[in-house]
Amino acid sequence: MTAPLKLCVRRSERRAPAGSAVEVTLRVPSEVACIEETVELVARHCFTGHRATTRQRFRLRVALSEALANAIICGNGEDPRKRVLVRAECLPDRILLHVTDEGPGFDPTTRCDKGLPDDLDHPCGRGLFLIENLMDHVRFNVPGNSICMTLRRH
Amino acid sequence: MGFNATTDGGVMTIAVEGQLVVGNRQELKALIQEALDAGQRKFLVDFSGTGYIDSSGLGALVSISKKIREQGGELRLAELNEDLRSLFELTKLDTLFAIAESRGEALASF
Repeated sequence: MTAPLKLCVRRSERRAPAGSAVEVTLRVPSEVACIEETVELVARHCFTGHRATTRQRFRLRVALSEALANAIICGNGEDPRKRVLVRAECLPDRILLHVTDEGPGFDPTTRCDKGLPDDLDHPCGRGLFLIENLMDHVRFNVPGNSICMTLRRH
Repeated sequence: MGFNATTDGGVMTIAVEGQLVVGNRQELKALIQEALDAGQRKFLVDFSGTGYIDSSGLGALVSISKKIREQGGELRLAELNEDLRSLFELTKLDTLFAIAESRGEALASF
């Protein structure tokens, strides 16, 4: 049985011009069954104390769910020895979501395009397509095992 | 999170409670496959109680749609909220599926 997820919440070191900035971190086992709880926990903290439309909440939940699925399945290969690190920077004007796996990474520039994958029943590619269309900004680290997604609050 | 299946007037209606995601998509596929094997041919998936669908869930619907069509059956989707509808539009799946506003409209279209 998987141990309960433990969330770490602390004040962010990032300078926030107005209001407080909070950083939430979570280490998630490489199990798809953990995705739902992780998304609920992170979303709750990201929107606490902020006004958010149902559309913004929906965008964050879907994008985080997709990034976690990619990290757990494609990145970590569902290896029980590996974890996925989720770090959310809850800033007054935007939310930054970092999802990092322990896999070898991938080169996002090798993707054929940013369009919809032809085969929607294929397990790879669909998630990234949705993330890029639902979030305001998306970038990867150089090894390609960490994605940073930005959602503006306004 | 789960599925509530009922059959009435020859149509099997499956209500998706909560989410259709990577964690439960196989359950939906198995449910439909079992019904197809038992001779059921008309299916309606009701999303009135669905918060969100991830890409795996969308993929599962595509797969289910193909299987039903191969068996000479029909599939309708209904009660998608604004966010879910935008996902279908974004992925161009709104052109692949018969999507009705309401459960009643979907049932009347068979």
